Amino acid sequence: MKRWFSALLLIVPLMAVAGEAQPLADDPAMEARLKALSQELRCLVCQNQTLADSSAPLAEDLRREIRELIAKGMTDKEITDYLVVRYGDFVRYRPPLKTQTALLWGGPFLLLAMGLVALALVLRNRNRLMKDLPDEDDEEDAA
Amino acid sequence: MKGVFKYLLPLAVFLVLAGFLAKGLKLDPHEVPSPLIGKPAPAFSLPKLGDQAGKFSSDEMKGRVWLLNVWASWCAACREEHPLLMELARSGQAELYGMDYKDTDADASAVLKQMGNPYRAVAVDADGRVGIDYGVYGVPETYVIDKAGIIRFKQIGPITPEVWNEKIQPLLQGLQR
Repeated sequence: MKRWFSALLLIVPLMAVAGEAQPLADDPAMEARLKALSQELRCLVCQNQTLADSSAPLAEDLRREIRELIAKGMTDKEITDYLVVRYGDFVRYRPPLKTQTALLWGGPFLLLAMGLVALALVLRNRNRLMKDLPDEDDEEDAA
Repeated sequence: MKGVFKYLLPLAVFLVLAGFLAKGLKLDPHEVPSPLIGKPAPAFSLPKLGDQAGKFSSDEMKGRVWLLNVWASWCAACREEHPLLMELARSGQAELYGMDYKDTDADASAVLKQMGNPYRAVAVDADGRVGIDYGVYGVPETYVIDKAGIIRFKQIGPITPEVWNEKIQPLLQGLQR
């Protein structure tokens, strides 16, 4: 009897796991699309989290909204545009390249160019200083 | 000449950097500019708070300049701006309508009973769907909508006396003409 009871107890954790699973998998294809889409979208409340990661109420609402839009047969691009119209380019983790975001996209290359120019100047300066110094090899040859 | 440049360069770099940082101090990353400014306010028709049969429809407001204040009973910052809203309602400076966002009617009515009701009507957006159309992401938010139904201004967070005096009131005066 006791043994049976302990065997039953072993099942308890399994039931706990089953209880925590979320009722997502109505349609695995839809969930996969929702996941892919929401990983590219920003949660407006906790701004450094994606919609996929965030548990903010707004993120939950937006995931619900995206599910409904997918069910309506909208493409990924249409869904992203739907959110951009409401929340601006900020919802996208990859903002589009346009005049407003030119500095955002070009900035790193600008900094790289500035760094290269600075490096070239320093190297040229150092070269000139080295030439001014007496050349050690020549001195050895002379001696 | 070369020597002077050597000392001026770090100073210039410092000034540029300080300029960027000073500007950065004044920016609030939580204020995301709304793409809806200058666009037609999304149409909606929602139940009215405290009036089971009644509907509040944005179409009713055509031809009028009005303020849509998105609030909720669970929102602490909304209580902060509440006295100002009461003052606006009392002075009749603005046509103020509320949208109760993701809230229960009982809680919302209790707050209005306790603190006073500055709204001409309150639309109930219980599941936040209209909120999504308006790009609401943090209550309170207030939209200024003109006679043609165009959103002219959005205040994210509580309306402060400064915002009212410097931005919203001058805008309203222009729109009401």
